[in-house]
Amino acid sequence: MTPEKIIFIVVALVTLGAALSVVISRNLIHSALWLILALFGIAIFYVLLDAGFFAVIQVIIYIGAIAILFIFAAMLTRRVMQDTGPQSNPNWWLGALIALLLFAGIALILVNWQGFTTSAPELANPSGRISQLGLALVSADQYVLPFELASLLLVAAMIGAIFVAGEKKP
Amino acid sequence: MNFLSDPINFIANWLGNLMLGWGASQSLVTFILKFIGAGLVGVFGFSLVIFTIWLERKLYGRIQDRLGPNRVGPYGIFQTIPDIIKIFTKEYITPVGADKVAYNLAPILSVSAVLLIWAILPFAKTIVGTDVNVGVLYVVAVGGIGALGIILAGWSSNNKYSLLGAFRAVAQIVSYEVPMVLALLVPVLLGRTMGINSLVNAQSVWFVIMSPIAAFIFFTSSIAETGRAPFDLLEAESELVAGYQTEYSGLKFGMFYVGEFLHAFTISALTATLFLGGWRGPWAEQIPILGVIWFFIKAFIVYFAVVLIRISMPRLRIDQMLNFNWKFLTPLALVLLILTALVDKLFFVVLPGIPITETLIPWARAGVHLLINIIIILITVQLLKTYRIKGVRVVGEPRPVAVAPEPPASVIS
Repeated sequence: MTPEKIIFIVVALVTLGAALSVVISRNLIHSALWLILALFGIAIFYVLLDAGFFAVIQVIIYIGAIAILFIFAAMLTRRVMQDTGPQSNPNWWLGALIALLLFAGIALILVNWQGFTTSAPELANPSGRISQLGLALVSADQYVLPFELASLLLVAAMIGAIFVAGEKKP
Repeated sequence: MNFLSDPINFIANWLGNLMLGWGASQSLVTFILKFIGAGLVGVFGFSLVIFTIWLERKLYGRIQDRLGPNRVGPYGIFQTIPDIIKIFTKEYITPVGADKVAYNLAPILSVSAVLLIWAILPFAKTIVGTDVNVGVLYVVAVGGIGALGIILAGWSSNNKYSLLGAFRAVAQIVSYEVPMVLALLVPVLLGRTMGINSLVNAQSVWFVIMSPIAAFIFFTSSIAETGRAPFDLLEAESELVAGYQTEYSGLKFGMFYVGEFLHAFTISALTATLFLGGWRGPWAEQIPILGVIWFFIKAFIVYFAVVLIRISMPRLRIDQMLNFNWKFLTPLALVLLILTALVDKLFFVVLPGIPITETLIPWARAGVHLLINIIIILITVQLLKTYRIKGVRVVGEPRPVAVAPEPPASVIS
């Protein structure tokens, strides 16, 4: 058993446990904290896969921005976030069934996929990978259209937020 | 590689070979060596704080015409050690209604976020914790975790002053991240890489010469990230007691304290690395251990500036702080980023047509960038003069909450 394997198993267990705690924790802030732990675990998986750029972006976007936004929103509500009602509703078996079927489906596809058992190939050109990604995002025959569309969407969202929050002139 | 010129790697190699001789596998040896290295860097960071706390208190004393600490050791240099021992003996007080998990997690998060930056700082050409190829982004990511620690501390204390401090922290740290990231992109553009050590390698001309505005913006917004004066309104004594750390006592308060001082030195080291050439200096290429000395000389010069600014500047008001960020630093950083990208591209397009020797190219490039920076500075100053803020709109008159009753007539007469 190599150290990488041990790290993988420990991180996987922690990530799964944290993800489970996000839904069963009764305190909103604690849920957000568990979510941060789960997202951090995923960032470690990216590191183990030799994708440092995605790991760092995962931390910046999801922990540095989105989780802080969650916590900030929850911070404004000190008393109402203690949830005292029942944690499941009569349809819980349906949700469990769908989740189980989905898991079985994904597992089936993965087991039949030949890449599942072979070890990952070494990635070529480790230092130039980021510039390759950057070029792929702006080259016309690759991902320039999704990239520009996403930017347009974000600008629209930003203008909308400014309009909603801005001072109304009488 | 011999012991005198590069002791750290020499010892690491020797240890690795020793463990390989004992029959350990290569990956296990790498793992153990990284583990030991991480521990050493952490211990070194904390030991350095013992020194910088003394240095800062001494400087503080000099500016205020006091002696500063002068009892323990020569010039009081060991004053911090009794302070540490004393803080260990203090009681941990947890306020009623505090969220225990978040309350105890917050100091750990805020210290570890600072210490994580040390993992990628290149102390010398060969002495680097980990040469991450996205080092610049890593610095930004780790800063987000520090903000998280402050927010949790403020929220979990069950104290409205703490909560107000945390709100201010969110407003300040999250918004100052914007110009910081934009300013960090300028060295990335100039050095054509995101790794911190590669950026140092690329600085045959220091980036502070090529882009003084980027250095200024990065330095200013980093000071804002540390939350020290003049940006210390998240712990403004006269308004918020001590802000987010009001309820903390004992070692938990000590961790915030150490975290703040370590952060101040870390941003100095980062500025020195990104803009002042890091370990570069005479003979640093041949003798790596000299690079450590150059690195720390530069870092301490920047640290001195950080301390001087902290001592001599009054605290900003919250609207001034936000205006300064959104109406001055962010537009300036955007303009600088766009112009730097354009000018650099144009320079390399035009370059083949100019008769110039190979060794002069970096200096010619630096001159062009410096010229653009000076033009931007002149235009900015002119704009600031033209659109000077004449006055602040007054929203309401301050009202005293408790009004003293009129004294009876017998007292007046």
